[in-house]
Amino acid sequence: MNWKRATIALLATTPILALFAFGLTRDPREIPSPLPGRDAPAFAMAVMPPAADAPATSDTVRLAEQRGKIVVMNFYASWCLACRDEHPVLQALAPEYRDKGVEFYGVMYKDSPDALRRWIAEMGGQPYPTLVDPGARTAIDYGLYGVPETFFIGRDGRVARKHVGPVTRDVIRATLDSLLAAGGGTPEAGGGA
Amino acid sequence: MTRLVGYSGILVALALSLVGAVAAFVAAARRGRTSPLARSAAYVNGALLLVANLAMVVALVTNDFSVSYVAQVGSRSTPLLFSIISLWGALEGSILFWAGVLTAYAAAVVFTSRRRDDATIGYATGVLHAVSLFFLILLVGPANPFGLVTPVPFDGPGPNPLLQNHVLMAVHPPLLYLGYVGMTVPFAYAMGALLSGKLDADWSRATRRWTVTAWGFLTAAIIAGMWWSYEVLGWGGYWAWDPVENASFMPWLTATAFIHSTMVEERRGMLKGWNVTLVISTFLLTILGTFLTRSGVLSSVHSFAGGSIGYYFLSFIAVVLVASLVILAGKSDALKSEGRLESAASRETAFLVNNLLFTVFTFTVLLGTLYPLVAEAIRGVKVSVGAPFFNQMTLPLCMALLFLLGVGPALPWRRTTPEELRRKLLAPGAALALALVVAFALGERDAYALAGFAFTGFALVGNLQEYLFGARARMRALGERAPTALVRAVAANRRRYGGYLSHVGVLVATAGIIASSADKSEHEATLRRGESMTIGRYTVRYDDTWGRKEPQRFVVGSAVTVLRAGAVIDSMAPRLNFYNMSSQPVTTPAVRTTAREDLYLILMAFEQDGSKVTIKAIVEPFVVWIWIGGLVVLLGVVVAVWPGGGRRPSALGARPGASRPQSAARTPQPETRIPELAR
Amino acid sequence: MRNVIAIGLALLAAIGPIDAQAPSASRPTPAADSLLDARTREVASGLRCPVCQGESIEQSPAELAVELKGVVREQLAAGRTPEQVREYFVARYGEWILLEPRPTGFNATLYLVPPLLLLGGAVVIVVLLRRWTRAGAAQPAGASLDDELLD
Repeated sequence: MNWKRATIALLATTPILALFAFGLTRDPREIPSPLPGRDAPAFAMAVMPPAADAPATSDTVRLAEQRGKIVVMNFYASWCLACRDEHPVLQALAPEYRDKGVEFYGVMYKDSPDALRRWIAEMGGQPYPTLVDPGARTAIDYGLYGVPETFFIGRDGRVARKHVGPVTRDVIRATLDSLLAAGGGTPEAGGGA
Repeated sequence: MTRLVGYSGILVALALSLVGAVAAFVAAARRGRTSPLARSAAYVNGALLLVANLAMVVALVTNDFSVSYVAQVGSRSTPLLFSIISLWGALEGSILFWAGVLTAYAAAVVFTSRRRDDATIGYATGVLHAVSLFFLILLVGPANPFGLVTPVPFDGPGPNPLLQNHVLMAVHPPLLYLGYVGMTVPFAYAMGALLSGKLDADWSRATRRWTVTAWGFLTAAIIAGMWWSYEVLGWGGYWAWDPVENASFMPWLTATAFIHSTMVEERRGMLKGWNVTLVISTFLLTILGTFLTRSGVLSSVHSFAGGSIGYYFLSFIAVVLVASLVILAGKSDALKSEGRLESAASRETAFLVNNLLFTVFTFTVLLGTLYPLVAEAIRGVKVSVGAPFFNQMTLPLCMALLFLLGVGPALPWRRTTPEELRRKLLAPGAALALALVVAFALGERDAYALAGFAFTGFALVGNLQEYLFGARARMRALGERAPTALVRAVAANRRRYGGYLSHVGVLVATAGIIASSADKSEHEATLRRGESMTIGRYTVRYDDTWGRKEPQRFVVGSAVTVLRAGAVIDSMAPRLNFYNMSSQPVTTPAVRTTAREDLYLILMAFEQDGSKVTIKAIVEPFVVWIWIGGLVVLLGVVVAVWPGGGRRPSALGARPGASRPQSAARTPQPETRIPELAR
Repeated sequence: MRNVIAIGLALLAAIGPIDAQAPSASRPTPAADSLLDARTREVASGLRCPVCQGESIEQSPAELAVELKGVVREQLAAGRTPEQVREYFVARYGEWILLEPRPTGFNATLYLVPPLLLLGGAVVIVVLLRRWTRAGAAQPAGASLDDELLD
């Protein structure tokens, strides 16, 4: 029995096993986004009219105009089951935080205005506007790969956080509270809610 | 009742495998013999696990939802066949099935070796028991399929929709397990031989039949998996280098290298180190593959949920990896070659190069599969390694292997002369040129495809002509007529000609793969009723959409008529299936197969009233030859392992140190062959 | 539920909700083949479909994949280079959107190690062959006839 070679073999297996052990601690399905910390991609999206027969508004929301405010963007769709889970959370917290200067926007993903309006009515209303994203171009700009996904943009126009999956009270409170406390950013002319 | 029968059977088997392993190792180490206790334990365990598997099938078929596994995958609306095969549809059931196949193999090994009583067999039996022990521990612990469910639910969710769509799901997993699990046997023999120190040609001959059989099953399983993927997943492809596909492919590569390289050991006593390492690697790769896809380490189409089972597998891998490598390294002095390479242009060298190519191939696939993990560990960034990487890196290796497939049969053992080589390679060389010209003339312009066709033609003739040479030698030497000579030549050398037949099968499949990848064409269009689209030689006209309610799903199909040159040749109906348990539909493509090409239709979208549909059409040449090639490979395996007939390899002087004493009796005396000396 | 969700989601996104109106009535009809199409196909084949399992956005029927492919096409038409288009996606989705890791930095090991292994093995074989055949004993040549009669 050649003990020298045996020991070398034993040592050689260590890095391999360490790699597998490491693998067990990771979730292969969790994909970290490169956006947090970077400037939020600019967008200009039309607001969805609240009713089918309401006159088409010319309201457009541009990110550039939101500089100095904190923005929450929630991508969702009526066919998305998990979006139903998070709706009550957003419904409850949006008015509270709007008073503190946070803008909430829903963004329609791969859906039709009529279906979405029906869904909103069914879910008991939505205290913030929904924006229309034709061709999912803004979604792609934000690196979306499913719904729901929620982006938190700070006063400085950078993406502070991306949350994949239904957003929870804890996540919203923690993120917004810290963004509000941080304050800062150059006060823009005409900025503020 | 089934719970009781199944679970208690597993418990008893667990105890017996522990006892059997200990008894076998002790008997082999102390007395250099087998242990009757271990042998009996193997038979009993085989029976117990068979009963446990049957009990589970009964529970599934009778919809006994008090059994946890049935509550997980069973459903009252699942058809009978799919109820039965959901035995292997989810994690717990598949582990139960694995244990059943493993204990059956162990019993078979003990039975076929019942007349032998040496340390190698003793250790091997112990290893088989030890591996069984692991899976039985899983069955008693994290993967228990016989748990109790209270209160008993009325119905279950049914098996995964993807597993109910096609009858090939009845075939692919059992074949895969028979192949995968079968690789435990050569591993056990290899460990036995290392531990007992007896590394003569005996051990590799003993394992050869087992390895070739397991290899045959694994090949069949991979082909069936590709076929299923093609017919069910609806993207027109059959291989995506997904981690689970790689997990089955890597052991196949090392096993293929082994069944070739073992011939060198039998004849010349060389490449022992290679052979033992290849066999051990094959088994390690099967366990690794299972670990990667079942523990949630990698994301794959096949992954089962994560959970604690990953830690069990990791521990098992650690034990097996350390034990086998330490023993291999420690006993490596016994792996010295008994012969030497004599010439670069010899079959030994060809097999050595073969080993190198297959090893690098396996390593490349392994590296690509594991790299996301490595990158995350070292760089902290998530990367993905997809088909483009694997295709790019393995294509050159495949070309080299194709070339070797053609040259190998032309090279005799030990050495050859340039004239001899020229004689043998003349026809294949002509075939290479011909294939190149024909492919080019038919419009092929892709460089790899042209090279691939050329080498395939080369190797095809190189292997087929061996039948001719064999028959001709008999005709000349023994005066037999052509048909008799051919049949007798094959019968006298089953392993050899079976092997060549398998080569032919591989080559036919290769031609299919090259053509269907390089010359595929596709087109997608939205059609109203009566509108048509053209693809290749076909015109596809949309007629109508229908819906049908089945017990476990709702099926929507679009009827289309297919025309060629203005004449109606077929009607097809690509479908979308909506299962009760899932809100997402599963596609069933409509495939029209001819020897020349497949017309592949996918229903992408449809309007509620059927006024418009979106259909994607793909034309893929030569796909059917992939499946036919696979069948020919299996035919070759059957010929090769057919018992009886042919000389035993040991009769050809594979004894260590011997220099082929028989050759003197068979070869005409040197004096008469060299004219000068005949005077 | 296994990853049928990924495939299923892709298909669902493709067909839209069954009970709502007009699912995907407006799928773009593929244009006639052109240089732009070929370039789009090439870049798209290297980008992973984020909602599928292992498919490229070129292959995948998912609606998101179709949109992403449209973005690729637009950017190429606007004059961006393939590398710039890839960089656009990497900046938004991360490196894993590339089906093949960039061969820079540590990733280079992925591309270099297999060929080096092959080369190293080949060198070893050649060296061993040289050493052994030089010292090889004389044996009668022309053993091929043997092989046809024996195994």
